[in-house]
Amino acid sequence: MNTTLSWIKAYVPELDVTAQEYTDAMTLSGTKVEGFVEADRDLDKIVIGQIEKIERHPDADKLIICQVNIGNGTTQIVTGAPNVQVGDKIPVVLDGGRVAGNHDGKMTEGGIEIKKGKLRGVESNGMMCSIEELGSTKEMYPEAPEYGIYIFPEDAEVGSDAIEALGLHDVTFEYEVTSNRVDCFSVIGIAREAAATFRKEFHPPVVTKTGNEENAADYVKVTVKDPELCPRYCARIVKNIKIAPSPKWMQRRLAAAGIRPINNIVDITNYVMEEYGQPMHAYDYDTLAGHEIVVRRAAKDEKFTTLDGQERTMDENVVMICDGEKSVGIGGIMGGENSMITDDVKTMLFEAACFDGTNIRLSSKRIGLRTDASAKFEKGLDPNNAQAAIDRACQLVEELGAGEVVGGMVDVYSKVKEPVRIPFEPDKINALLGTDIPAEQMLSYFRMVDLEYDEKTNEIIAPTFRHDLFRTADLAEEVARFYGYDNIPTTLPSGEATTGKLPFDLRVRAVAQDIAEYCGFSQGMMYSFESPKVYDKLLIPQDSKLREAVKIQNPLGEDFSIMRTVSVGGMLTSLAFNYNHRNKNVRLYELGNIYLPKELPLTELPKERMQFTLGMYGDGDFFTMKGVVEEFLDKVGITGRRTYSPENGKPYLHPGRQAEILLGKTVLGYLGEVHPAVAANYGIGEKAYIAVLDMDEVTKLATFDRKYTGIARYPAVTRDISMVVPKHIMAGDIETMILQRGGKILEDCQLFDIYEGAQIKAGFKSVAYSIVFRANDRTLEESDITAAMKKIWNGLESMGIEIRA
Amino acid sequence: MKDKLQAIKEEALAQIAEAGVLDKLNDVRVNFLGKKGKLTAVLKSMKDVAPEERPAFGQLVNEARAQIEGVLEETKKKLEQQALELQLKAEVIDVTLPAKKNNVGHRHPNTIAREEVERIFIGMGYEVVEGPEIEYDEYNFEKLNIPANHPAKDEQDTFYINKEIVLRTQTSPVQARTMEKGNLPIRMISPGRVFRSDEVDATHSPSFHQIEGLVVDKNVTFADLKGTLEQFAKELFGEETKTKFRPHHFPFTEPSAEVDVSCFKCGGKGCRFCKGSGWIEILGCGMVHPHVLEMCGIDPEEYTGFAFGVGLERIALLKYEIDDMRLLYENDVRFLKQF
Repeated sequence: MNTTLSWIKAYVPELDVTAQEYTDAMTLSGTKVEGFVEADRDLDKIVIGQIEKIERHPDADKLIICQVNIGNGTTQIVTGAPNVQVGDKIPVVLDGGRVAGNHDGKMTEGGIEIKKGKLRGVESNGMMCSIEELGSTKEMYPEAPEYGIYIFPEDAEVGSDAIEALGLHDVTFEYEVTSNRVDCFSVIGIAREAAATFRKEFHPPVVTKTGNEENAADYVKVTVKDPELCPRYCARIVKNIKIAPSPKWMQRRLAAAGIRPINNIVDITNYVMEEYGQPMHAYDYDTLAGHEIVVRRAAKDEKFTTLDGQERTMDENVVMICDGEKSVGIGGIMGGENSMITDDVKTMLFEAACFDGTNIRLSSKRIGLRTDASAKFEKGLDPNNAQAAIDRACQLVEELGAGEVVGGMVDVYSKVKEPVRIPFEPDKINALLGTDIPAEQMLSYFRMVDLEYDEKTNEIIAPTFRHDLFRTADLAEEVARFYGYDNIPTTLPSGEATTGKLPFDLRVRAVAQDIAEYCGFSQGMMYSFESPKVYDKLLIPQDSKLREAVKIQNPLGEDFSIMRTVSVGGMLTSLAFNYNHRNKNVRLYELGNIYLPKELPLTELPKERMQFTLGMYGDGDFFTMKGVVEEFLDKVGITGRRTYSPENGKPYLHPGRQAEILLGKTVLGYLGEVHPAVAANYGIGEKAYIAVLDMDEVTKLATFDRKYTGIARYPAVTRDISMVVPKHIMAGDIETMILQRGGKILEDCQLFDIYEGAQIKAGFKSVAYSIVFRANDRTLEESDITAAMKKIWNGLESMGIEIRA
Repeated sequence: MKDKLQAIKEEALAQIAEAGVLDKLNDVRVNFLGKKGKLTAVLKSMKDVAPEERPAFGQLVNEARAQIEGVLEETKKKLEQQALELQLKAEVIDVTLPAKKNNVGHRHPNTIAREEVERIFIGMGYEVVEGPEIEYDEYNFEKLNIPANHPAKDEQDTFYINKEIVLRTQTSPVQARTMEKGNLPIRMISPGRVFRSDEVDATHSPSFHQIEGLVVDKNVTFADLKGTLEQFAKELFGEETKTKFRPHHFPFTEPSAEVDVSCFKCGGKGCRFCKGSGWIEILGCGMVHPHVLEMCGIDPEEYTGFAFGVGLERIALLKYEIDDMRLLYENDVRFLKQF
């Protein structure tokens, strides 16, 4: 929504503010001004001059030398403009003045400074201006010549301010009107707010009775078949129409609002739409079959040609305006080609109606046609405004001499909208705001915006143009914005104290972040969306449950069309991004959800599982990644016997280099080297490693409780054991056996050497462990150790392991 | 004998003085005081001395020994000191050589901003609560006073899964979920990911993050909302920060406001971050709409509340002067390691 300051001042004559003051104050009272443009910002020292004499330039065929009366004297100006004659009154920019652009309409930020100088050896003390040089266009000033200098009417005062004469000492404000304030999509609505904001009198247009002695009802019959979709339809008739340009003042106001002046009737329609926020339409009365209007739903697939010449297809939810035989307009959206007024129109029907906002919005979307009118209607207009607007339009027709208005109005208005009454409870308002504003002061604010107070019932009556006032909280807002949000005190909630806390799962997540970062991983942020192609890229089989993803009905594109069921895709995409940008030794982690539907199509919300995903390439290997996992699990207190099973079965990981991370039978996650084919699919040209921990499972098992166990007082005894092991036996199996057989006194066992090669027979590997024994109540005897070692030896031998020492 | 003793002593002292290095000094100790040393030999010859002279002679020998030992010890300390100094001199390093870093990783700027906001509100007694990212239309819209066909549903460019389920467009549904549980009073914040159907560009992303705040209690006022957010702004952007509350409209609060803070880059003078205005819009807020309270089973006659929502990316982008939102999702380590 845009308005000019001059138009606002038409209704608030006492308003005397700068553009910035207006912007700040209006914004603080709830009408947000997004910005403003001063039409004269780049115009300076421009007066109305009169050409007294024209001579040819001695050295240039295309130039002429003019003597121009600028009020306080005569000055010489050389111009190349073809359209000026002696006696013409023209805008002249004097030496040192500025214009906004050049005559092609190209604007220059800050304007162009004009200095006196010589043109082909002849002195010129300024410049005569075209409308484009003054920063406007021929469209907005239809009287301006096609090409050349703007010429003022004969009564223009020589020597006076040309910018003023053109109405360019004005400011255009752009507002962000919120959806609850439909009334502010009109100049009157904004002006009412401006008057209240600056505590000035508000003078809306005074509409007097219009029309001749005839009655519109004798001209037209109106039937509304679906009052739900068209709560009100007002029609008036104007005959003996004389199409002509509208007066300058109206053209200026429309132009400043960005609307091109066309002719008196069209301009009046547009003017009232801006002024009252009520779109109107004019039909050529003589084209209306049976002189009848029927408002009904369109037939299915009805074809209709709108006044822009386009044929469009309707459906049953579109409201059509029809005559006795055919459709003549799409209600609230656009009129028809078959009934539009032309320059030859004699009699017309003015329509000011009210349509269901939601239906207009959805219809306009479905048929793909959004107009200025539909943009207003879809907000849901006040049916009581329709009559005020149509009467105003008829008044302007009379004032402009555009035709003869027929008396009376045909009005189909089945369910009259009544004002809302709200109990006036100043104590509750103060309690909600935390203020102490006297009731009388509140009432004074209400009066400023036409909210009446019914003393008898102690109620506030909200006018029907206010769609946002229903209860005390709404009144509180009216009080607050005129009292000033700034003036409301600042306090802190006084209720009982509460304890701030981070829930347990977020604490566990914070540890994950800390550990990952200590280990050199930086946090990435990945999309929750995925492409369905991700499953092929990850070599996930067609029948995998992972392919059952939640689909978005209206995605931004295929790449964003499903909600991910696996987090690896995002991680690999990010690793690949880094690889492509030649970043070395990249380590990333992510904490983000995957979305697992219980069934498809979705009937309840999917399970969202927080995944702690780590990815890296460069320095480090599988065991580096395993180290990070172990550090993390240690830190969150999952210190029980964790195992790593190669039976992991993730198709996107190297089949021989992946493991499921288990605690007992609970799967905490997995890790592994990215399958070379998958790495290639993502364009990662190095070995990459991934670990994924399911934070839901981790959180269930995590604990920050710790118990101190005494530091050993008795010495430890270490025995090394070296063995030759069949290749298929894993270190984990050997450790399990040592731990099982070592008994109570076994404290620790550490792998310190593993070797396969020339000295070891084929199919075997050499493995060495350091085993630590300690008792916490005595110094161990040799016999204790020997007995324990014997058991371990026997156990290992039973696995087919050959003990060497 | 006395003369001999004197001669040995002088010889010893002379050799100590000449020793110069610790090894030689040790040789001197052995030569004179060792088992086969010269002074030891004198002591062994005591048997040749007349018994009545023995005590006096013994004393002389011991004195000589003590003297030699004393000088030896002193010289040893001196030589050790010299040796240490030489060693330290030899061990000089170039301290400007590169550090051996552990290469720790970095938190995402968005997380840093989130943790900062969480810290402030936890300090004020708020609990952190999370809600689902895929949400029922009912919670995302209806319980927040946004009924079917409300234009706000279009404005927010919702991603739909089906008629009843959407990708949440705001963290506000957590308000409704928390209020429904009915554990009053409520002081909570809810950070999380939200989705809107915006194409990816420098200033838009189809997924971004918000932090919702909600307080419901008896006698909660708009003044409390102002005070709370003023304190929040000061803690987040600095003690000097000013706040400006502008009337606004949200379906689920009434009265509603948008909050600007004085530009924390220029202090309010006007710069490119605040587009010359001196103010930066930072959040939306308001008093919980009585109808929203009712829909969640809370009596608006007894309880009132306020709610607010902050865009995390907005804070992160402004605070760290990040000029392109796409950087947040590219995860380029050259970007991440700056935080």
